[in-house]
Amino acid sequence: MAGVSLGCVYALVALGFVLIYKATETVNFAQGDLMMLGAFFALTASVMMGWPYWATILFAITVMAVVGMLIERIVLRPVLGQPAFTVVMITIGVGYVMRGVVTMIPGWGTDTHQIATPFAEAIWNVGGVVLPVQQLGVIAMTAALCAVLYLFFRFSRLGVAMQATSQNQLAAYYMGIPVRRVNMMIWGLSAGVAAFAGILLAPATFIHSNMGFIGLKAFPAAVLGGFGSVPGAIVGGLIIGVVEALAGYYLPEGFKDVAAYVVLLVVLMVRPSGIFGETARKKV
Amino acid sequence: MSEAGGSDEVILELANVEASYGPVQALRGVSLKVRRGKIVTVLGANGAGKSTILKTISGIIDPRKGQIRFEGEEIQRKDPALVVRRGIGHVPEGREVFPLLTVEENLRMGAYTRSDAAGVAGDIELVYGYFPILKERAKQEAGLLSGGEQQMLAISRALLSRPRLMLMDEPSLGLSPLLTQEIFRIIARINREQGTTILLVEQNANMALEVAEFGYVLEVGRIVMEDSCANLARKEDVQEFYLGMKAEGVRGQRRWKKKKQWR
Repeated sequence: MAGVSLGCVYALVALGFVLIYKATETVNFAQGDLMMLGAFFALTASVMMGWPYWATILFAITVMAVVGMLIERIVLRPVLGQPAFTVVMITIGVGYVMRGVVTMIPGWGTDTHQIATPFAEAIWNVGGVVLPVQQLGVIAMTAALCAVLYLFFRFSRLGVAMQATSQNQLAAYYMGIPVRRVNMMIWGLSAGVAAFAGILLAPATFIHSNMGFIGLKAFPAAVLGGFGSVPGAIVGGLIIGVVEALAGYYLPEGFKDVAAYVVLLVVLMVRPSGIFGETARKKV
Repeated sequence: MSEAGGSDEVILELANVEASYGPVQALRGVSLKVRRGKIVTVLGANGAGKSTILKTISGIIDPRKGQIRFEGEEIQRKDPALVVRRGIGHVPEGREVFPLLTVEENLRMGAYTRSDAAGVAGDIELVYGYFPILKERAKQEAGLLSGGEQQMLAISRALLSRPRLMLMDEPSLGLSPLLTQEIFRIIARINREQGTTILLVEQNANMALEVAEFGYVLEVGRIVMEDSCANLARKEDVQEFYLGMKAEGVRGQRRWKKKKQWR
């Protein structure tokens, strides 16, 4: 159960990777740090301003969506058309900057923090199986977010336009879809999802400036699912979470941290394009 | 819209448009006029710059020099989304449908710039009338359609923005002769029934000269000839170089040294 709930967080961060990759063909290595920043905004709302949990979530997601859009607009749009390498280096740089800035802000700093959740340390005992409410909550909220995202992409005009833009950017231009603005919104969406992941992760690892390194686990999750596949990211995240938990329990100390990569290597040997990898090749 | 059919009003005018891809100059001063309600074609070989003309009008490529006027207003260097809103639809070369969206979603994306839901629904029915096969495939992913069906979808999708001018880039590309004829028949029908002005770029000069009224011949980025299509089809050079008819020399052989008259 712990594995599944941690896997949910991996899945959400991986989802952020995939959304941005599909839309703009860049890998955003700052995804983990966006999550960290989102968690700190949640901390501000929850602890410093004393807001209730749900308002905290909304606040953190909104602020991070704006941050994500600003990053796209200010940092990434000027380098549009540059080689992918340039863009990747910039996202790594953005991640460093965020980590640095967070430690400088009074009240955030380098300490570890915690936010209160409505899922107390209670435990449900269902027919002899012990279920921690905390982790059930994480799973339920991830499922809810995925449902909302599914409905958004499937039925809203903007959601379908986002899909269209990621499938064929040139044609999107021809249809009069404002491609750059759509890409900006995808960054916002992706950062908002990251903030949500950060809030879910907070009770498990606490909030600190290096919590973004969880991105290093979410990245194999995204690759495992087949980079560029939204359901793949979620399945990949869950697999890595569960494998990690099992490895921590049954295998000697230390295997837990490499388990994600072992799984990744094995899967890539069998299916080089990932579990849900797209078979259709992209047209040039 | 149909009342504009006979007017001589110029809906689109290009004046000395120059465009380039990096150091490679693709258009070397192109000027042309399209009158409202007409079908106008630009003929030319591969790489002559036909598609570049359309892309420059759509705002995908910014021209280096020259003006593009649509309904009297300059539209060069404008955002592509704005050009669509002004009333120019584009059927891109190679169809470029959204492969993972359904046929219906593709059509709705064509209407992205519109906000009148009832009008859009009516126009979707209208294009299903032109292309009944699309109605059958409405819930299928566009990537699964055949080439001809994708071309029909691309044309329908462009129609959904209710354009007053449609730019069509090689609608016959990769289609069987039979299917090409059908597509061209419907292009003529759309022009007649909707009053949509059409600027058509084609390598299939035969078809294009048949359906269009006025034509331009483009070579290496320059317009080298312009005339009504009936006249163009009679010109020896057009016959030889674009319609594939051979001029027989006195000895019954092709004269390889023959020069095009405009050189």
